[in-house]
Amino acid sequence: MTGHKRLGMWLFVMSDVLTFATLLIVYMALRLGNPDWPRPFTLSPAILFATGMTIVLLASSLTMVWAVAAMEAGDRRGAVRWLVATMAGGLGFIGLHLTEWRHLLETVSPGTIFGSVFFGITGLHMAHVAAGVIYLGVLAVGVGRGKFAAEDVETGGLYWHFVDVVWMFVFPLIYLMAVKP
Amino acid sequence: MTLFSTDHKVIGKQYIGLALFSVFLGMLLSLVMRFHLVHPDTKVRLFQMLWPEGAPGGQMTPELYLSLMTMHGTIMVFFVLTTAPQSGFGNYFLPLQIGAHDMAFPVLNMLSFWTTALSLGTLLLAFVVEGGAPLSGWTAYPPLSGLGKITGPGQGLGQDLWILSIALFCVASLMGAINIIVTVIELRAPGMGYFDMPLTCWGWFVTALISLFAFAVLLPGGVLLLLDRVAGTSFFIPGGLIVNDQVQGRSGGSPLLFQHLFWFFGHPEVYIAILPGMGVISTVLSVFSGKKVFGYKAMTVAMLAIGGLGFVVWGHHMFISGMSPYSSIAFSVLTMAVGVPSAVKTFNWLATLWGGRLRFTAAMHYALGFVSLFITGGITGLVLGQPGLDIYFHDTYFVVAHFHLIMGVAAVFAIWAALHYWFPKMYGRFLNERLGKIHFFLTFVGVYAVFVPLHFAGFVGNPRRYPDFKEYEFLKSVTGLHMGVTHAAYFLAAVQLIFLFNYFWSKRRGAVAPGNPWGATTREWTDD
Repeated sequence: MTGHKRLGMWLFVMSDVLTFATLLIVYMALRLGNPDWPRPFTLSPAILFATGMTIVLLASSLTMVWAVAAMEAGDRRGAVRWLVATMAGGLGFIGLHLTEWRHLLETVSPGTIFGSVFFGITGLHMAHVAAGVIYLGVLAVGVGRGKFAAEDVETGGLYWHFVDVVWMFVFPLIYLMAVKP
Repeated sequence: MTLFSTDHKVIGKQYIGLALFSVFLGMLLSLVMRFHLVHPDTKVRLFQMLWPEGAPGGQMTPELYLSLMTMHGTIMVFFVLTTAPQSGFGNYFLPLQIGAHDMAFPVLNMLSFWTTALSLGTLLLAFVVEGGAPLSGWTAYPPLSGLGKITGPGQGLGQDLWILSIALFCVASLMGAINIIVTVIELRAPGMGYFDMPLTCWGWFVTALISLFAFAVLLPGGVLLLLDRVAGTSFFIPGGLIVNDQVQGRSGGSPLLFQHLFWFFGHPEVYIAILPGMGVISTVLSVFSGKKVFGYKAMTVAMLAIGGLGFVVWGHHMFISGMSPYSSIAFSVLTMAVGVPSAVKTFNWLATLWGGRLRFTAAMHYALGFVSLFITGGITGLVLGQPGLDIYFHDTYFVVAHFHLIMGVAAVFAIWAALHYWFPKMYGRFLNERLGKIHFFLTFVGVYAVFVPLHFAGFVGNPRRYPDFKEYEFLKSVTGLHMGVTHAAYFLAAVQLIFLFNYFWSKRRGAVAPGNPWGATTREWTDD
């Protein structure tokens, strides 16, 4: 049975790549069609804050790597510890993101075309992070109780890294390209 | 047989049962539409009972006609043509043919069936909610589909449910696709290479690959459309739009963008419907010719080519959308290119028959019928693939005739071939051969009687999706034609009772079948 889940996750990731690509293409098409596209972000605090979010999310990918490594070395307690650390990173990202949303909602309405794209794309990404936190939670509990093999943690890692990689496209396209000139 | 079984055979039968229910429901809707087209002013008590708002006093409103059309298309495309050939027969026979005990993820398999069932339930719910079913067709183009009740009675809750149903269907199809791909890659019997698999397995495999990418694009398209409706966003709604004398107050969106997203899914969807059938037909023709399939490797490459090209031809659905003529030419040339692998398959089928010892079983009849329909419907595809002709034919009955023959009826003939061929394996009994052949001949005549005349209605410029032609002077010439088509449709529908009877009667009383009744060489008959 080895390899099935990993392959299944790769296929899911491939299909989800197209889902996010669709949204980013929608964004680019709409942006090209609207020459007066707003650029609301200032370098400080908006971009600095989003950079902080990015660092938190990337750090959680690093802890995920350690979780997989610990599991492969047979260290279940270490794996659980790093999984929990990864979840903390994910939750931290969501918390920071929601704070940012709350501030942004004061000036940017989701009814505008910029608001539609911004909240639509970052919202879908946030939903992926939230689903990932729950997924890792299930893994952490299972690993702690002696269930799941190294492959299962690796499969979870695949998903988690994918969600991070998506952010590496969202951040420059949505944030950096909307800095006030 | 439990309801939430994870056994691939049970799930396959569940999918086939769901498709069987859907196909008869979809057919009944089409009969009501055909009736209304030729008797637009007749009041029918039954209509009033079924749709009090849509048919006050029994007089069908244009909105009701459009909602029937939307539901007919959606039910047939998603819950019949996408469900039975791929998820139904694929689930049942893929593991058997490659020597696997079950699919790679049995629980996921069960979930994908029940998500499909939930999706169908959500769609049917649209019939009974306030305002009734949506009006915007299976393509759901905005702005019509994006603005809510102001664009029509079914465009409120009905359209929301429609989008929700399609989103659920996308999720179910993605789960199913992942399952089939992993099963093919990981669970082939030891020593069985990719090019040792029967062509049926290639059909399901390539279809799953197409599904994996096509539904991944429809899903966000549908979600964005839903956001436009419920969250007031403006992805697909242009600025300054006035509907029913009301300014809509959105800005910056692009309705064309939705068309691109929809057809990036929508064209591959056509191949999702037909490729599993191509696999089945290859097998049936080969078994009943007593020969191997001619050009096995070319067949697999042709399937991959059709699947790949399917993703780069979506623009041919949008020739009249105002796209640049240069883009039209590119899409046109790529569309013509699909003719090459399609012709390779057709000629290989004919070469498979050549010099064989032909056995004209019922399944063989349907397989030959499939080849005929595939050619007839395919030729008109080449006509519609040319911008110069398509600009004239677009949204006429010529298009209706084209896609019904190749995507609808051809795929359904493949389902009948598969049912007659595999029934002994599924139920231990034969479907009645004589009834099958009678049903085949009557149906074959019926479908051509329905759809060939519709090409001519297209020549006259008869627009589709119109509930009533009597106001248009230039359509007086096709009144008789439509009367004939409607009667042919009644005949065709009546003939299906033979199939229905055969199916349920043979399940219990059919002649008992031996283990390998057709003398086939694939594993589902020889292992056990």
